[in-house]
Amino acid sequence: MRVELDFIAVLSQWPLLAKGVLWTVGLTVISAVMGVVAGVAFAWARSHGAPWLKWGVGTYVELIRNTPFIVQLFFVFFGLPAAGVKLSPEVASIIAMVINLSAYATEIIRAGIDATPKGQIEAAMSLALNRMQTFVRVVLPPALRKVWPSLVSQIIIVMLGSAVCGQISTEELSYAANLIQSRNFRAFEAYIVATLVYLTLAVGVRQLLNWLGPRFLFGR
Amino acid sequence: MVEFSVWDIFRNLLLAARWTVVLSLIAFVGGGIVGLLLLVARLSRLRGMNTLVGGYVQLFQGTPLLMQLFLAYFGLALFGIKTSAWVAASVALTLYTSAFLTEIWRGCVAAIPKGQWEAGQSLALSFRELLQHVVVPQAIKIAIPPTVGFLVQVVKGTALASVIGFIELTKAGTMITNATFKPFVVYSCVALLYFALCFPISLYAKTLEKKINANRQ
Repeated sequence: MRVELDFIAVLSQWPLLAKGVLWTVGLTVISAVMGVVAGVAFAWARSHGAPWLKWGVGTYVELIRNTPFIVQLFFVFFGLPAAGVKLSPEVASIIAMVINLSAYATEIIRAGIDATPKGQIEAAMSLALNRMQTFVRVVLPPALRKVWPSLVSQIIIVMLGSAVCGQISTEELSYAANLIQSRNFRAFEAYIVATLVYLTLAVGVRQLLNWLGPRFLFGR
Repeated sequence: MVEFSVWDIFRNLLLAARWTVVLSLIAFVGGGIVGLLLLVARLSRLRGMNTLVGGYVQLFQGTPLLMQLFLAYFGLALFGIKTSAWVAASVALTLYTSAFLTEIWRGCVAAIPKGQWEAGQSLALSFRELLQHVVVPQAIKIAIPPTVGFLVQVVKGTALASVIGFIELTKAGTMITNATFKPFVVYSCVALLYFALCFPISLYAKTLEKKINANRQ
């Protein structure tokens, strides 16, 4: 049998695809920044906080890591309005992505923090740095450097996971592919194109973050 | 209007959860077999195999599982194979799982000292004997904890099959929400059931990992 593929029909809708890419990248950037910042705060709480705080963060991390992202997203978008919190699809997507990433980032960053040699903390203390300064200037930069590759991988996993956000009509890349195939019935081609764009994004974002991290986040 | 109690909701979700378990098992077993074949192909040092399997892994790890599911669903139909959500979800999740497992196991094989390979070869073991008697018994020990850990990812991955109409836990949650108008309760229960499935596996993986680290020291 012959299979006829018509990619022109899909590619001619490039403005939709471009808009989808912008949304996907935008969602990823926002949730990566907020997720990593939250991850640092939670990691601090988990290794330095009061016992109840450690327990709370631990429970949060396990709850998020052991449930699927799509359920978290549906809970935020469909479940919370029933409790009186109404959210737009975009805001719900960002909240779910930040929650998801922060839980994984907490575990990753904590591993880096735990690997800090005790002598370095003692050295910082003996230089009369307070606890906050010790954490931000002495413990955190090398910890981030150590775990940066894992953190980058996790950010990419969250970016690929954001394809699900199209299900609540956030207009990201998979939503664009869905819209295109509903117009021209070229479902296979539309999803092939979207998949290849995701692959390019994944490779590109990894390169970019590997370049950005050492330059702006924790020094060489 | 019919009133639904929390128990009604929970009981129906519990019934749907078995399809999540079945699909996870299909994907895990199928993915394990395909992943093993890919691993052997990669270790065989046939020309081009390493690049080919590497590309396969990159393809599945670098694209969303949701897109893979859509492609399986529409792609199989395009080639004249009658697809149900069952077939598409099983195929996509099997391939997805195989890519991750083969990569995990490659790392475990790489952790075996080169001297072991050389010793096997100097004893004139064939490639098959070398794998069977020298490499696999050692690799399997370090491979078990990350493999069990990945099972959690597989269970969570099956949730996406709901999008192509496979009725499992998440899809059942959506359907029950539409009938009861209680999204908060329903999705809480759904999340709780996933947690009940995944958390014990996570804990078990962690225990296995600790055991291995303790043996090594």
